[in-house]
Amino acid sequence: MGLLSLAIWTPILFGVILLAFGRDEHAKVVRWIALIGSVVSLAVTLPLFNHFDVTTSALQFVEKSMWIERFNVFYHLGVDGLSLWFVLLTAFITVIVVIAGWEVITERVNQYMGAFLILSGLMIGVFSAVDGMLFYVFFEATLIPMYLIIGVWGGPNKIYAAFKFFLYTLLGSLLMLIALIYLYTQSGGSFDLATWHKLPLPMSAQTLLFFAFFAAFAVKVPMWPVHTWLPDVHVEAPTGGSAVLAAIMLKLGAYGFLRFSMPIAPDAAHEYAWLMIALSLVAVVYVGLVAMVQEDMKKLVAYSSVAHMGFVTLGFFIFNDIGVSGAVVQMIAHGFVSAAMFLSIGVLYDRVHSREIAAYGGVVNTMPKFAAFALLFGMANCGLPGTAGFVGEWMVILGAIKYNFWVGFAAASALIFGAAYTLWMIKRVYLGPVGNDHVKELDDINCREFLMLALLAIAVLAMGIFPKPFTDVMDVSVADLLKHVAISKLPQ
Amino acid sequence: MFEKLSIAAVYPEMLLAVMAIVIAMVDLFVKCPRRTTTYALSLLTIGVVAYMEAVAATQGQTVYSFGNMVVSDAMGSWLKCFAALAVMVTLVYGRPYAAERDMLRGGELFTLGLFALLGMFVMISGNNFLVLYLGLELLTLSSYALVALRRDSAVASEAAMKYFVLGAMASGFLLYGLSMLYGATGSLDISTVFKAVASGQIKHQVLVLGVVFVVCGLAFKFGVVPFHMWIPDVYQGAPTAITLMIGGAPKLAAFAMTIRLLVEGLLPLAVDWQQMLMVLAIASLLIGNLAAVAQTNLKRMLAFSTIAQMGFVLIGLLSGVVNGNTAAAANAYSSSMFYVITYVLTTLATFGIILLLAREGFESEEIADLAGLNQRSPLYAGVMAACMFSLAGVPPLVGFYAKLSVLQALIASGQAGAIVLAVFAVMMSLIGAFYYLRIVKVMYFDAPITATTVSAGADVRVVLSLNGALILILGILPGGLMALCAKAIVTTLGT
Repeated sequence: MGLLSLAIWTPILFGVILLAFGRDEHAKVVRWIALIGSVVSLAVTLPLFNHFDVTTSALQFVEKSMWIERFNVFYHLGVDGLSLWFVLLTAFITVIVVIAGWEVITERVNQYMGAFLILSGLMIGVFSAVDGMLFYVFFEATLIPMYLIIGVWGGPNKIYAAFKFFLYTLLGSLLMLIALIYLYTQSGGSFDLATWHKLPLPMSAQTLLFFAFFAAFAVKVPMWPVHTWLPDVHVEAPTGGSAVLAAIMLKLGAYGFLRFSMPIAPDAAHEYAWLMIALSLVAVVYVGLVAMVQEDMKKLVAYSSVAHMGFVTLGFFIFNDIGVSGAVVQMIAHGFVSAAMFLSIGVLYDRVHSREIAAYGGVVNTMPKFAAFALLFGMANCGLPGTAGFVGEWMVILGAIKYNFWVGFAAASALIFGAAYTLWMIKRVYLGPVGNDHVKELDDINCREFLMLALLAIAVLAMGIFPKPFTDVMDVSVADLLKHVAISKLPQ
Repeated sequence: MFEKLSIAAVYPEMLLAVMAIVIAMVDLFVKCPRRTTTYALSLLTIGVVAYMEAVAATQGQTVYSFGNMVVSDAMGSWLKCFAALAVMVTLVYGRPYAAERDMLRGGELFTLGLFALLGMFVMISGNNFLVLYLGLELLTLSSYALVALRRDSAVASEAAMKYFVLGAMASGFLLYGLSMLYGATGSLDISTVFKAVASGQIKHQVLVLGVVFVVCGLAFKFGVVPFHMWIPDVYQGAPTAITLMIGGAPKLAAFAMTIRLLVEGLLPLAVDWQQMLMVLAIASLLIGNLAAVAQTNLKRMLAFSTIAQMGFVLIGLLSGVVNGNTAAAANAYSSSMFYVITYVLTTLATFGIILLLAREGFESEEIADLAGLNQRSPLYAGVMAACMFSLAGVPPLVGFYAKLSVLQALIASGQAGAIVLAVFAVMMSLIGAFYYLRIVKVMYFDAPITATTVSAGADVRVVLSLNGALILILGILPGGLMALCAKAIVTTLGT
């Protein structure tokens, strides 16, 4: 069994064991097994990083065997510089999420932990699948555990949120399914991504494919104007669910643009780049403004996620090295930062059971350790140099200015909005005098919470201070992708 | 014409007929109120028959017997094998339910079940209009009686009456169409009819008129719009065990009969019947899915969902022939066959859960009755959730690959508007996802209304768990069953 298969199936195996044998009577054992499972799953992804060859854009750790003979579908896995970090990120966030749910989840613990472990394996599957159908199966399968996580452990309006999440994303991916089948017939019966990348397609077909993929991935990212599910879902999802959703599931969509839309329909991607850039800028600027007026902390961070993902799609569709690299770095950074933001809100919510900004004030007085972490993550969220948030945004802005000064200018202005809504929230929640009796009675974070936030803080700082390992891995792959996308695939 | 009887080809049917009669008589001496002896004998018989069909299917030979009246081929044998297994599972799930409702005072459930199965077998292996019709009548007459098995129940009696009247009308349609085809071609033998139609000597209008009636009759049996009205009422009114008996295995027989009549007999007229099927498919997807959303009764909802699912089966059937070119036919029909088989598999487990939850004096047929099932029994909630996600077509469950292969056949056909129809179909299945998800929501997100644990006999427990596991396992490794369907169709149509 290859390393990637291990990375996919280890968490799923642990998840299935928990579902089958876990009982609430021995919740403690369940939690420990979940933790062991997630740590082992993280451990098996580490050799991927150690043995990764940064000098080539070819797929590495390739596994290929026939899966469905009738449709020529292969169990074909492999990672390159674009996907490697997401495999690691997914495994890492899963460990954090298991720690985050340790004391908070008291009912049906085995199902909660099992769902997250299975979800983790499925998402790693999405990032490492290089067969179109295998990708789709993993991509869609992630909906099931997430639907249950939101619906079972979510907030008061969880059912609405769970349905909205499932149906909204299913709508997009069903159109993608038709695109995949169309490509299968056009390529003479192959679901192989590399074959599709080389397949010449007329402009009309490319346009339809581009928009079918757009339907699936733009909803997932989410891009403006199909972002409306995200705030509703984030508000109702349990803390762990929000963290995984923001940190990884949104990246599935962005990753789809890199793997499908751009290389399969490059001419359409160039043709409609103006549209993608426009939508991205709207996300960055307008949604940034929307975030500023939110009363609910989770909603605020959800809108800020939309704005940050706007940077990612902007970076992709300006088609230059630094822009695309910056976008991928931004995806990873946002994975750490948004997870940290949601977990911080979770820490407060577990104590006060309110997400309203107005319900807090002066938390720093009673929870100094926690406030320090929250401040750090807030700074990372507005892209302060030295934190993870800075690197990607800065690279994308550089790329955008190269592409067109005014696009870069608009993107850069978002940094101001980002700083405004984040800092204003921090001021209202953490700083100032103690706001009310609830805040007065707060206890500071315990060891478990400290560990969870500290791990994320290390990641955020490490990536901000020394981003080279991140960019090194992807340089060759990004260059190769851009070279591929620059060549027209129209039939001569 | 009797020099070549080739009786070996119909051994399973003969065994089934003999055993049905034997079991009917043995049952007279059975004292046990749960009819354990009858039950065991029935299962044994069906098991042996299924095994014989599986052996015949793996040999894959096409044998005609009784002077071309019946045929034993790979597709037929596999479908018969699966139909037998489906009836077997139905009896396992249905027996406790029937015992609690006074339906086991006699052994009719088992004997009629066996006769219904025999009817399906004859439908599947018929190679002659009359034989097909006889099989159909044997199946439906047994089913009418089964629906009316709870004669003290007004709802069941009403359902039986409705089923009988509409079913008789459908049979009439079919017979009318068959007689027209007979009049035009001068033969009841399917292969001879095929040759006559293919010769192009026969007046097209007469044939098409016959085809219209045949398609109407088949549409009744599939229960597709606009011939669907009996489905919700009968599904809801019939005792749940019987609902499963008529909603499960007979779909396989209906599929086989469609292949025999439309493909083996009337393939040269594909241009005509494909258009009819397209209208039926579009209407079924639309009405079935929209109406299912509004249901609060679980059985009724599943009835409308069946209508929608059958729309997908028709999509596979209508993608076979493009401009007279039959190159893609095997691909298309095998995708439909795969769809029907997986649909039956999922339906069995779904109704298995409903039957399991029903107790004496409690039918458990409202959606709300499933509330909080996850807290009462995570295993069965998991099985039901797998069924719902499978019917909704979400990977990695087997229903996804069924939709995939049908859509693939449609798009590969390259017919004008194929992509538009495919987009329409997936949008309808998006609506479908809503009501399937609602079941999952009720089971997982709502609080239970009763704290009673779910208990079941060992046989039900094992079969239901296997059934549920199979939906997932075939979802992870669908290749084998797909290859089986493809091979069966290719060898069958290749002759």
